[in-house]
Amino acid sequence: MLNLTREQLLNGAVVSTLLVLSALALFLDEPFYITLVTKVTILAMAGVGLNLALGLGGMVSFGHAAFFGIGGYVTGILASHALNEELLFTAFGFAVFGTTNMLFIWLFAVLISALAAALIGYFSLRTQGVYFIMITLAFAQMIYYFSIAWPAYGGEDGLSIYQRNQFFSINTLDPLSFFAICFSLLLAVIFLVSRLKNSHFGNALQAARQNEQRLAAVGIRPFGIKLTAFVISAMITALAGALFADLNRFVSPGMFSWHTSGEIMIFVLLGGVGRLFGPVIGAGLFILFEYYLGGVTEHWMLFLGVMLLTVVLFARGGIVGVLAGEVKHD
Amino acid sequence: MSVLLNLAQIATFYGQSQALFGVDLSIQEGQVVALMGRNGMGKTTTIRSICGMSRASSGSLHFLGVDISTLPSHQIARLGIGLVPEGRRCFSNLTVTENLLVAARARAEHNNHWDLAKVEALFPRLAERRSQYANSLSGGEQQMLAVGRALMTNPKLLILDEATEGLAPVIRQEIWQAVKQLKAAGQSILIVDKTIKELLPVADHCVILERGSTVFSGLPEAMSKTILQQYLGV
Repeated sequence: MLNLTREQLLNGAVVSTLLVLSALALFLDEPFYITLVTKVTILAMAGVGLNLALGLGGMVSFGHAAFFGIGGYVTGILASHALNEELLFTAFGFAVFGTTNMLFIWLFAVLISALAAALIGYFSLRTQGVYFIMITLAFAQMIYYFSIAWPAYGGEDGLSIYQRNQFFSINTLDPLSFFAICFSLLLAVIFLVSRLKNSHFGNALQAARQNEQRLAAVGIRPFGIKLTAFVISAMITALAGALFADLNRFVSPGMFSWHTSGEIMIFVLLGGVGRLFGPVIGAGLFILFEYYLGGVTEHWMLFLGVMLLTVVLFARGGIVGVLAGEVKHD
Repeated sequence: MSVLLNLAQIATFYGQSQALFGVDLSIQEGQVVALMGRNGMGKTTTIRSICGMSRASSGSLHFLGVDISTLPSHQIARLGIGLVPEGRRCFSNLTVTENLLVAARARAEHNNHWDLAKVEALFPRLAERRSQYANSLSGGEQQMLAVGRALMTNPKLLILDEATEGLAPVIRQEIWQAVKQLKAAGQSILIVDKTIKELLPVADHCVILERGSTVFSGLPEAMSKTILQQYLGV
């Protein structure tokens, strides 16, 4: 007999809901809804990334838009060079071209964001609390204004990707196929985070969240643990950014803006800080509000704000906390 | 016997105010040293200075001949100093087993004596609480967990700061029992405790601090009534 906790049951329900919704949309021949569910899936992944830093490591990054945007722009830049058959750059006598292969794009998106996160984290993690929030925000804003000022890739207008990138021989323009790719990646990322959470590294990270001095007293350098987690967190958010670019076939400086950082944080707070599937629920609610309330009134953010306040004031564990109770050990 | 830890004339400040004015302390391998003194005389500051949490501004600190006065805390811990901080500081958001495993580190150059099973043999109560969060344990159990966590680093020197403070008599005895077992196994220990009649029987050597300076260093038997009265108020 399977002995599942309430949280595991809830997680199963969340996964099934995404699958059922996409199947229903297919059955009703409403591909738009598949795209909507795909959007939830991608934004959820960005939240899962932030949740690693915020939920497990206690690092309140208000600059994760930087990584989301880097993922997006790497996709846009590589694809636009490949589609226009232009050189990307030449280095050491080698000509480097763009690519429309998703696998390579993901790889570069993740690697470049890891570099950026290592740099940003190295400086930001010397501070704590409000200063950490402000300095991560400052880094993201720097990149935001840089992207606006850089005319080569559209500047303020953004950059269009004429066609979706390639993933083996799958027709990625087919909404269901693209959803399947995003959904599988989301599950893979969540699995990775759950393994990390229960590893020695994950324990040390949660210990660092509580008290860095105590962690140092058992011989572990808190800075290294936190920086590693920050970098992994950024890589996950960048992968989501790359998928988001392919979903919209368009990237713009908006991906770097502080609104994006705020939205990613809202997914985590609404769903449940530190809960594995929290960001999935958070992103789902966000899109539900945006789409349905947004259709009724342009002031839908007001209702989202009220909901966020309610959760923060009365349900600190977020929606997962309300439905599945306190964190239980598995 | 070789010298494990040696502090010579260390002075430590908290901002502008000086807490230590000249502490001398030496621990031989296998020794249990009691660090004594009334409240506010610098016992915890001495420990914080050893562990690199507060920096000694002058004097020398050597552990196994290595100058540790400028090393960061985690490197000092890796050299082989296991701290049980004052006030049972467990990681309350981790389970008992996770608290122990965070500290576990196998090192080739050490004898990796301690593992989960050994800690649970020393404190059987922890075995019954494996998957409970540390914040759901009783005070005594948290203290046992803090000691176990320090042991998991396979320390050459174990530092116990007020390990029995505020605990019920039965639990205190369990902790003292464990200290005696550790001593019998040859573990070097630096121990701070307020209950002198329980502390003296396990101590090989006593050091008394008064206003941030070492005023006595010698065998427990060498402490006269006057010394006890003058410096410890008993």
